Amino acid sequence: MNIIVLMKRVPQTAEAEVRVDSSGKRIDREHLTFDTNEFDTYALEEAVLLKEKHGGTITAFSVGPPDSQDTLRVALAKGADEAVRIKAEDFGDLDGYKTAQLLHAAVKDIPYDIIFAGTMASDDSYYQVGVVLARLLGIPHATLVSRIEADGDKADLFKEVEGGLQEHIQITLPALIAVQTGINVPRYASLIAIRKAAKKEIRTLGREEISPEGLRANTQVEELFIPPVTKRAEILEGDVEEVSAKMAAILKEKGLL
Amino acid sequence: MGDILALVEHRRGEIRDATFEVMTCGRKLADQTGSRLTAVLLGSDTDAMVTSLKRHAHRILVVDDPAFKDFNNEFYRAALADIVAREQPLMTLVGHTAYGIEVASALGAELDVPFTTDCISVEMADDRPVAVRQVYDGKLNERVSFREAPSYLVSLRAGATAAEEGDADGEVVALETPPLPDPAHLKFLDYIEAVTGDVDITKADIVVSVGRGIKEEKNIPLVEEFAGAIGGVLACSRPVADAEWLPKDRLVGSSGKTIKPKLYIAIGISGSFQHLTGMKNSDTIIAINKDPEAPIFNEADYGIVDDLFKVLPALKNSIAEMKQ
Ligand SMILES: Cc1cc2nc3c(=O)[nH]c(=O)nc-3n(C[C@H](O)[C@H](O)[C@H](O)COP(=O)(O)OP(=O)(O)OC[C@H]3O[C@@H](n4cnc5c(N)ncnc54)[C@H](O)[C@@H]3O)c2cc1C
Ligand SMILES: Nc1ncnc2c1ncn2[C@@H]1O[C@H](COP(=O)(O)O)[C@@H](O)[C@H]1O
Repeated sequence: MNIIVLMKRVPQTAEAEVRVDSSGKRIDREHLTFDTNEFDTYALEEAVLLKEKHGGTITAFSVGPPDSQDTLRVALAKGADEAVRIKAEDFGDLDGYKTAQLLHAAVKDIPYDIIFAGTMASDDSYYQVGVVLARLLGIPHATLVSRIEADGDKADLFKEVEGGLQEHIQITLPALIAVQTGINVPRYASLIAIRKAAKKEIRTLGREEISPEGLRANTQVEELFIPPVTKRAEILEGDVEEVSAKMAAILKEKGLL
Repeated sequence: MGDILALVEHRRGEIRDATFEVMTCGRKLADQTGSRLTAVLLGSDTDAMVTSLKRHAHRILVVDDPAFKDFNNEFYRAALADIVAREQPLMTLVGHTAYGIEVASALGAELDVPFTTDCISVEMADDRPVAVRQVYDGKLNERVSFREAPSYLVSLRAGATAAEEGDADGEVVALETPPLPDPAHLKFLDYIEAVTGDVDITKADIVVSVGRGIKEEKNIPLVEEFAGAIGGVLACSRPVADAEWLPKDRLVGSSGKTIKPKLYIAIGISGSFQHLTGMKNSDTIIAINKDPEAPIFNEADYGIVDDLFKVLPALKNSIAEMKQ
């Protein structure tokens, strides 16, 4: 089985202070740490599990700046055979559609049975790059996939919909499968594997190698801003003992104890 | 100017709530641009659904075909591409839901109309849409403009717009089934019901909910004890359920349960939109999080900004004292 995995390196913003830079349109990347988009670690793991079962090769693709190769190296250490970085720096501002167009240009002529993606990337939260790529390639797709049984040219997929309900569908390969978190337990890369991966070549594709026809973004960010707050919690002040006592008193007063 | 088109979403014969939100936004856009809201219903046995749509849209295009009984993104995309191409709407609106995620961008790409996804609002400004989206784990919003085109497409975050009653009396137009792709590409087979366990978190008065901030499975007993002390049941956010530190039926949020307890205590939970959907109607919400910027504090009534590993033991003691 030939498998492609789409992986993005994203800033880790869940616990960090996120600031807008002087352009007003981008975040200040300086003091943030970066790592592989959480969904994509699940996508890669699913690819490795399928390869272990059916054999084949895995190629990881990332559209991003040079440091995206860190994400690709980890992919190589965990079981990808090849890795390709599409040089974001060559193509100007990207939105989800333009990113998918670049990926399309990079993968359209290589053989694959499954393309794995995440359902969403935590930075831009488009939920669209995989879906658009599937459409540009003319292959079927599914998102929010939480279980896969692939065999021959078909795959049974279990998709999460609202409220914990799942839908069981069958899809014909080649297809694009965008996974949901929790579909598997992503492995850690061993130290030996990481050392080996450090020596592997990461191919790059820039303007010289790919020039998608009609390459363009659908949208442009005009402004980034802190969400207006309609409500703000009363933050209890003091040391841990003080806030705990205050909290307990509030609960008592409300008849919740 | 073209109409505003809204896709109707249904499951098991029932129109989904997100559709009424999308239609509310659609009516506003129609008013603003002096056009009509046209709802598009792809379904099977659609009579009852059509009736419940009438008040909400000025026109209802209906394709009644067994192919649309359950959701199939291939069929939806192909049929909608055909309908949108003929209708030439100014704007097509889709809910950003499990179904909408699969349909909206596929349709946008197929028709090559400018589109974007998961918007919390969309308005027209000088003939062009302006949308607001939430990015970076909900820490920032972005305002986006679109490249100029005769037709646009947007998916709207479910739960971001309050659904309002309509006063339209929609004209119903039945359409022939457009040509559909090979059904072998993608087949709906069946539904698999949500798992249920021994504890029903929707019935509890006090819910103690734990998120990724708990760091490791071995720390779960800490919140378990705390829940015991306050007389609550234990629930969680998605990362905790994904890692199987707690069973799936304890998950609160859009892919889990929606609950309205008297007291909800969120511990080490950032407050993603999907989580908030499941608990924001609780009577009293307390958040314990070390990040003062965590979005959960914009939904909570009371907040403690500190390390949960320090707060929980102290709070447990204070509660025990208070109970005496
Ligand atoms: C289609 C879809 C459906 C989803 N459905 C759901 C759903 O139903 N329910 C759900 O919860 N999520 C759902 N999610 C996931 C959701 O988007 C978030 O990823 C998730 O809610 C984050 O969980 P969290 O807040 O526990 O983790 P994080 O966002 O990582 O936040 C962890 C928090 O813990 C805090 N913290 C860390 N250490 C400490 C400490 N020592 N003391 C105090 N605080 C600390 C941090 O400051 C941070 O705010 C869904 C996602 C998708 C795409
Ligand atoms: N720059 C990128 N490079 C490689 N894959 C990407 C990139 N952006 C998005 N993807 C893939 O598309 C999925 C959805 O991302 P998004 O549409 O941006 O929310 C991610 O989980 C990745 O699998």
